[in-house]
Amino acid sequence: MIEFLQQLIDGFSQGAIYALIALGYTMVFGVLRFINFAHGDVFMLGAFAGLYLGPRTLKLFGAGPSYIGAAAVMLLAMLVCAVIGIIIERLCYRPLRERPKLTVLITAIGVSLFLENFGQFIFGANPKSFPELINNRAFELPEWWGQFSALTITISQVLVVAVTLVLLIAMRHIVLHTRMGMAMRALSFNPVAASLMGINTDVVISFTFGLGSALAGAAGILISIQQPSIDPLMGVNAGLKAFVAAVLGGIGNLPGAALGGILIGLLEYIVVGYVSPTYRDAIVFGVLILILLVKPTGLLGSSEREKV
Amino acid sequence: MDKWPKSILIAVLLGCLIGSPFVFQINPYYYDILLGIGISIILAASLNLVNGYTGQFSLGHAGFMGIGAYASSWVTLSYGYCLGANTTSTTTVFLLALLGGGLMAGIAGLMVGVPSLRLKGDYLAIVTLAFNEIIKGVIQNAEPLGAQRGLGGMVQHTNFFWTFGFAALTVYVVVHLVNSTYGRGFLAVRDDEIAAEAMGINTTKYKVLAFVLGAFFAGIAGGLYAHFKQFIHPEGFNFLRSVDIVVMVILGGMGNTAGVCFAAVLLTILPEFLRSVSHYTWLPLWLQQIAENRMILYSLLLIVLMLTRPQGLFGGLGMPRRRKDVEK
Amino acid sequence: MSDPLLQLENATVQFGGLKAVADLSFQIDAGELVGLIGPNGAGKTTVFNLITGVYQTTSGQIFFDKKSVVGRRPYKITARGIARTFQNIRLFASLSVFDNVRCACNMHLAHGISHSLWRGAGFSKEEAQVEKDVMELLEIFGLDGERDMMCRSLPYGDQRRLEIVRALATRPKLLLLDEPAAGMNPTEKVELMKLIRFTQKKFKLAVLLVEHDMKVVMGICERIVVLDYGQKIAEGTPAQIRSDSKVIAAYLGKETVDA
Repeated sequence: MIEFLQQLIDGFSQGAIYALIALGYTMVFGVLRFINFAHGDVFMLGAFAGLYLGPRTLKLFGAGPSYIGAAAVMLLAMLVCAVIGIIIERLCYRPLRERPKLTVLITAIGVSLFLENFGQFIFGANPKSFPELINNRAFELPEWWGQFSALTITISQVLVVAVTLVLLIAMRHIVLHTRMGMAMRALSFNPVAASLMGINTDVVISFTFGLGSALAGAAGILISIQQPSIDPLMGVNAGLKAFVAAVLGGIGNLPGAALGGILIGLLEYIVVGYVSPTYRDAIVFGVLILILLVKPTGLLGSSEREKV
Repeated sequence: MDKWPKSILIAVLLGCLIGSPFVFQINPYYYDILLGIGISIILAASLNLVNGYTGQFSLGHAGFMGIGAYASSWVTLSYGYCLGANTTSTTTVFLLALLGGGLMAGIAGLMVGVPSLRLKGDYLAIVTLAFNEIIKGVIQNAEPLGAQRGLGGMVQHTNFFWTFGFAALTVYVVVHLVNSTYGRGFLAVRDDEIAAEAMGINTTKYKVLAFVLGAFFAGIAGGLYAHFKQFIHPEGFNFLRSVDIVVMVILGGMGNTAGVCFAAVLLTILPEFLRSVSHYTWLPLWLQQIAENRMILYSLLLIVLMLTRPQGLFGGLGMPRRRKDVEK
Repeated sequence: MSDPLLQLENATVQFGGLKAVADLSFQIDAGELVGLIGPNGAGKTTVFNLITGVYQTTSGQIFFDKKSVVGRRPYKITARGIARTFQNIRLFASLSVFDNVRCACNMHLAHGISHSLWRGAGFSKEEAQVEKDVMELLEIFGLDGERDMMCRSLPYGDQRRLEIVRALATRPKLLLLDEPAAGMNPTEKVELMKLIRFTQKKFKLAVLLVEHDMKVVMGICERIVVLDYGQKIAEGTPAQIRSDSKVIAAYLGKETVDA
């Protein structure tokens, strides 16, 4: 029982990270109707931004690990990723906007492979150890919890969930209650009409990419606090899982992405704990296939019909 | 390419047969590359049937190749000595193993193709990728197939004749299917499924057929590969291997068999060329390192190609369009 | 009276809360030329999609040649003898004019995949026959000169005609034409009217025609069905329809009529 709860806790915090990455997939898909394959690699770049900027930033806020320092590192990483995201869109996706979807998808695969392999070239292929941004330790659970005090909950786990929650609420606010958010929704609904109504689609799309990439950057820092060993290929698996999460929740749907992320995180830990670690990826992909075949619109998505 | 009579196929097969004793004498390194080229042609031409002609973007071709490789290896390792040790009987077992590998892959293709019928474009690409990873995952967990250690000990049955014989057969089948009234259904499906159905074309049948045939030949290629390298590993059939094949099809031009075969030759030689470049010490170190990592160049190639020449180097049908794109 | 060729019985289709077609019943006899008209969004194309199996009816029945086509796949319905054109031209973009038509002969071929691989004598004979048939059709419609052109590079009017040729190549008994005159100039429209009449007589077809241009519809149709908001509001000869108050109201708006 305790063991099961422990898996749920670990899975939940892992799922929160998937949720953050999935938000980026979902936002870009919502606006452009295309899967940004390179999104997972932007997440990796966020972690590496933290690796290089972390120690210097921490020094500004005193010697050791501190929350304010960690927050600063995260904001910096988010900024770096936002800029990279916008550049990628500007250079690789924008020229292809009027072309068949497949062209863009292949380009995105190309960008993804490029970031992975160029990352290996620049950062080296071996895992790097991530600097300690906060004192990550387990909470000492009170005695009166009885047998449940044997559970391990780390500060980073709580932090991950809290940050994800804050960012999710912030995203919802941006999308629902700001002018930019309204423009995003308009674009998602009908790009041509939106541009005719005076919406600068280029700016909105850049903003969307920036926002989504910033979230991936935040996720990159959070995962590195939890598992302080990073490598240039860490984005591949995380990106694919987050994609599955976005599809599971209903791609294009923000709360859906969060829900999907959590569910995939939980599923992973349950599979690892009770089935076999080697089947983890296969089962997650199995879920993807199942979802796409049974309910392609995902748990919370709505359907579209081809006009004849 | 339009009319490719049987006589040419037979001529190529005879050429391979006559040529093979001479090819044996060349430098083993070049022999390696040569057989690699043949296997790439099979893979690229068969994927072209799915991605190019039928417009069903698959990112899982290496998975089918892996199934063929493992299935055929399992057959030769288990039954290789049953029929005695003379050349004829070992060759028979080898051919049966290849066929078995192809059939297994074809069945897997059916299992992927049928449920994927409802999916298009991006989604189909992701699902085939997922199938690729699932196939890899299953092999990684299969103890009789060596699991994560890989599988070795196969006899090197694959030679010049079999490789290029099957390559010629693959090209023959693809070209002939597409160049007949009946086979033009593939192209109709790619261009407009709804219109194709309205013209009495059973789109389901064509899509599944493309998947099954494509997978079958990928399985054959896998079997040839396994009995050529004599060692196979699940990671050798991962998503990146699939991307390799996709790059060949895109570079050559989707739906352009000649172009795709040429691209297969080019992209099989390229890594070897790059490897030799990386030993030129007079080059700056960073250039040497980039040359060592072909994926950097492949990825750049993909991006630049999509931005400037999406129809591939040699032209082809171009990208299958969605309805919405056409109406714009 | 003999059995009708096509018969809709209370055909209904619902998308979400919207009934795009509601309780629609009408019939077409063999060799008849019927018009289907109605204001924008009345559900005319949806009716086509129901008959050809692109959409499934929520309730009601559709019979063709006395057999129900409800729940059949579109290609099977085409095989029964219903062919169609599309409102937004849907030719096969990467095929030539000739191959576009040739594709539509697919289901009448005796040879299959294995024959296209082996290419024996039977195969060659049949391919030659197909070529002859296709060229005959193209000639009738004056497109034989363009046989090797890519259909994308054809002028708009020719693309519409090519769609009709392609539909005819499936050897239908009923031809559904979805706004064949859209985007044509008056001279082209007159020619098109002649062509439709000629086709109907020559191939002994029943034709169901969706068209916005009243001149075309009134000029050639023997009978007209009028739809509004997915419901049949009138049916009759062109003369009857022209004077039907409901039809006038639907097209011009109620206030205008009342005033």
